Amino acid sequence: MMKAKPVVLIAVAIGFAVGMISCGGSSSTTSEQPSAGAPAAGGGTAVDSNTAGSVTGTIKLDGTPPKMKVINMAAEPVCAKAHTTPAMTQDVVPGDGGTLQNVIVYLKGDFSQYKIDVPTTPVEIDQKGCQYEPHVLALMTNQPLQVVNSDMTTHNIHPVPKNNREWNESQPPGSQPINQTFAREEIAIPVKCNVHPWMKAYIGVVGSPYFQVTGKDGSFELKNVPPGTYTVEAWHESLGTQDQMVTIGPKESKAVTITFKAAATSD
Amino acid sequence: MSSPRALRNVHRFAVFTACCTFLLLIAGALVTSNDAGLSVPDWPLSYGSLLPPMVGGIFYEHGHRMIATLVGTLSIVLALWLWRVESRRWVRWLGVVALGAVIAQGILGGLTVLFFLPPPISAAHATLAQLFFCTVLSIALFTSAWWEQERPLVADSGRPSIHALAVATASATLLQLMLGAAFRHKAFGIIPHLMGAVLVTGLIFWLAGLLRRRFANVPVLRNSARLLHALIGLQLLLGAGAWWSRVYAAQFPQPIPVMVALTVIHTVTGALVLATTVLVTLACYRLARPSGVSVRAFARSAGASAGHSQHQGAL
Repeated sequence: MMKAKPVVLIAVAIGFAVGMISCGGSSSTTSEQPSAGAPAAGGGTAVDSNTAGSVTGTIKLDGTPPKMKVINMAAEPVCAKAHTTPAMTQDVVPGDGGTLQNVIVYLKGDFSQYKIDVPTTPVEIDQKGCQYEPHVLALMTNQPLQVVNSDMTTHNIHPVPKNNREWNESQPPGSQPINQTFAREEIAIPVKCNVHPWMKAYIGVVGSPYFQVTGKDGSFELKNVPPGTYTVEAWHESLGTQDQMVTIGPKESKAVTITFKAAATSD
Repeated sequence: MSSPRALRNVHRFAVFTACCTFLLLIAGALVTSNDAGLSVPDWPLSYGSLLPPMVGGIFYEHGHRMIATLVGTLSIVLALWLWRVESRRWVRWLGVVALGAVIAQGILGGLTVLFFLPPPISAAHATLAQLFFCTVLSIALFTSAWWEQERPLVADSGRPSIHALAVATASATLLQLMLGAAFRHKAFGIIPHLMGAVLVTGLIFWLAGLLRRRFANVPVLRNSARLLHALIGLQLLLGAGAWWSRVYAAQFPQPIPVMVALTVIHTVTGALVLATTVLVTLACYRLARPSGVSVRAFARSAGASAGHSQHQGAL
């Protein structure tokens, strides 16, 4: 007579374990909800606009930028159809007049004595033509990030942070935007889509409001900066980081030029 | 006692399960090489359903899950079938072990998805896949007519004993696969895997040399030596090719076909090397006895059941 009991007992025990794990785990744990209008770290007083200054500047690119590569989207016809000309990588995107786009410029310093509100307006990232728009973005800690899928195909949005909670959410076409926040400063978090491995973006999470991502003219302007000495740090996804010290006096505006070498990889 | 036909059929089913498992190894390697491991964020369902849109990375990840479901089902059938027809208690329990392993594999696979590919879990998932493959192949071997045939054992009078060297070689190969899995899943760098390659290559050459010299008149062992030589040579070339392709592919925005092909073939050839060393080890125990040990005592310990009726099998 077949002694099936041991086999059945093992199968039941393992089935129970599988049920516990699949019920307990999820593709994304509870998102850290944004605190609407809540202050960032530190209490203190608001920045005095009567004494605040600004830091302006330009990010330049020295040398010949590497050629961007064509992205082969043949594996996903919906993606390929979205492009009349071949889609290109966006590792190094020159701006006008020898400048550099997609650089996160931010101030490093002690702002703990100031009361700084976290913006409640979400920063949006869109999945369009199976590429992220924008390719590089920045937001404050706990500021909402809104992920939109404008494509007629399924994406999964998967940030891979080192200092923040990792999450991975699916987003079929026509689905509601995904809202998430990042609680800790991190420059910058790579974002990928495992369905379409060429899709890459970067999210800079900054603990202060003094940041900007350079556009076509490579310029930046950081306003309402309290007097003090700071480090202006410029981060690029493949050319590394560059920084400069700057001291802002009352109502002073300082101009900074930071240059990345086209062949450099890191600081 | 079960009929020869029933035993022959369970053997064939074991071989079929082993073949499907090999396909599953290929599917799993394709997931990793295409960076598709998290293209399906949920588990055990895929995008909340049993059949999501099979596009991009989802094709590889969900395809892998579908083949895994098939192999799991085959394992259940194999375990139950062995329990029904197999008179050797240890073979029946081996079927249960295989079933437990494939269930554990499923759980590990789920954990890799739910916890975002933690390197130790991913490497363990890859390693257990290899062990499961070897277990199913072993069941196929034990249920074959070849294993059951009465034959005189050949004395092995050399040092080290062929059994000890075969076990050492299989163990080193398993360790090498674990190092490869750890590298592939970013637990650590390439150096340990390269060092392991040197050790495994040396052991395989040593084992193959002894098989050819000591057992020149035993076709299975003599031919095993040739197979080991061929596989390790191929695997070394594939390893070099896989490494080159990874370096070359780093400049591209997505995994490129040559890199995917070389890394997948290198991975599954590694599985074949391990499987071959395991089967050679088992064959050594079945065919050779250390000198000084009686034939009867050794035949019993090797697991052939006296009086088990002969049957034809795929081996």
